[in-house]
Amino acid sequence: MSIEAVQDVAADETPVRKFTLNFGPQHPAAHGVLRLILELDGELVERVDPHIGLLHRGTEKLIEARPYTQDTPYFDRLDYVAPINQEHAFVRAIERLAGIEVPIRAQLIRVLYCEIGRILNHLMNVTTQAMDVGALTPPLWGFEEREKLMVFYERASGARLHANYFRPGGVRQDLSEALIEDIDRWAVAYPKTLDEISALVTENRIFKQRNVDIGVVSKDEAVAWGFTGVMLRGSNVAWDLRRNQPYECYDEMEFEIPLGVHGDCYDRYLCRMEEMRQSVRIIRQCCARLKGTPGPVLALDHKYTPPRRGEMKRSMEALIHHFKLFSEGFHVPAGEVYSAVEAPKGEFGVYLVSDGTNKPYKCKIRAPSFPHLSAMDWMNRGHMLADVSAILGSLDIVFGEIDR
Amino acid sequence: MEWRVADEELSRLGEAVARATGLDAEALVLAHGELGLNVPAARIVEILTALRDAPELRFTQLIDLTAADYPQRARRFEVVYHLLSMSKNRRLRVKAAADEATPVDSVVGVFPGADWFEREAFDMYGVFFAGHPDLRRLLTDYGFHGHPLRKDFPMTGYVEVRYDDTLKRVVYEPVKSVEFRSFDFLSPWEGAHYEAPPAPTTEGGAA
Repeated sequence: MSIEAVQDVAADETPVRKFTLNFGPQHPAAHGVLRLILELDGELVERVDPHIGLLHRGTEKLIEARPYTQDTPYFDRLDYVAPINQEHAFVRAIERLAGIEVPIRAQLIRVLYCEIGRILNHLMNVTTQAMDVGALTPPLWGFEEREKLMVFYERASGARLHANYFRPGGVRQDLSEALIEDIDRWAVAYPKTLDEISALVTENRIFKQRNVDIGVVSKDEAVAWGFTGVMLRGSNVAWDLRRNQPYECYDEMEFEIPLGVHGDCYDRYLCRMEEMRQSVRIIRQCCARLKGTPGPVLALDHKYTPPRRGEMKRSMEALIHHFKLFSEGFHVPAGEVYSAVEAPKGEFGVYLVSDGTNKPYKCKIRAPSFPHLSAMDWMNRGHMLADVSAILGSLDIVFGEIDR
Repeated sequence: MEWRVADEELSRLGEAVARATGLDAEALVLAHGELGLNVPAARIVEILTALRDAPELRFTQLIDLTAADYPQRARRFEVVYHLLSMSKNRRLRVKAAADEATPVDSVVGVFPGADWFEREAFDMYGVFFAGHPDLRRLLTDYGFHGHPLRKDFPMTGYVEVRYDDTLKRVVYEPVKSVEFRSFDFLSPWEGAHYEAPPAPTTEGGAA
């Protein structure tokens, strides 16, 4: 950090101590590559100017140059903490433009893996938020569970992190009985681990001193600034796309949506903890239903979905479909669509414009953390310098999706 | 079951939108279960305010703001606003045409969250937003030239960056180390933009 003091002390005036402080881009509490220019009056924050874009890779430009099937991997790399939830928004946009129906077993697998993604994300966030205010143990405990979940990712898709598992029309391949059994067994055991983390953090005196009544967002502010997800629910606005605009088979699942009361950092933490418990409920329901729901996991319309390997050995038509899909790709009917899912961080949306060819004409990615981070300035005003990292931690930002 | 608003519901919403904004029904577009509204760019602030405040609409949240580039059009940019009404559970897409020279009025006064979205659209497309309090570049590098998401901006960009060991600093140079390989997978029988090679003929040839 570099400190530049501006001191202008006349003989009989009280000394003014204004600082301009450069926070990041390489700072452990910056959650990636965030550069903040803080203007301080002593230790009080007067203005925050986030400089972002250090991880800008031009994802939206790259997507415009590739066939649809080659674009899903880019979505894993946006919010790399919960990669599958992003893919979901993109494949749903394609499905809606092309009118592809997703089989029920694929819907269950999607919901299952989206909820695993939610737990992956919240585990990362609540534990690193604790780390931002001084606790070192929670991340170590949380990462152990994350590791188990990433093994489930690996067993389904072959990749721990960048799964590339969802396809327009379903998912890449079916889950084995053993995997479903293991996920279910994990979901039974997980609440106990969550209780342990909670026992460590929730009533911790230091954690509460650093988070209660810090970064308060009122209902109206949250709506006006385009907040979604926990940032909105923490301020007591009952809005969750899984409930209000359900997609896949979320309307058949039983779960509750926790709401905060005060809209401060601590309420947002509590919301995330409770959402993890609700996700476990959904995971258990999915596992139970998957055991009794055999069937295809990919739509059978081979104009959009590749035929199975076995079919290709026997059927000429399947071979042609395969060749066409992996060279030219499929064409999506011209039109535009906005598809949104409730990602762990909030509403993740894809505005997809198709001109009828095999590549998107435009694909705007609406990342939930983007409007959250833009609120850094007014949320921090009047707070102390040490609160900046607590507020930043509760915003739940990941630069992969903000910079895109 | 997928949540989906029936088309009749959407056309009723469209009527309410037309009433609130004073636009005629031709401005409405209904496709893929979504309602769109094309508005004159000069009236954008007034229309978004009306959509936000009309009691039967209450589009209180600006979910997304972006632009899209259509170089073949007379006014090449479209500024796209995605609105959400949480109390009525409806979405609306509002579009206004713009070009490089004429600015669109900023909607920061209506939705404070539009601040960064407009900065991003300005950075990526070069659309100007008149009345924006702080229209700086947002995502690109300090001192960057050009607007990367325009269709005429090359995929590799114009400059590349490396650390120069003799100068002991980062230097910017014209792009030379990478070449963007653009593969055209379109079938030559349907929709490719190039001429397919002529079929071999038997006349006059060696065969």
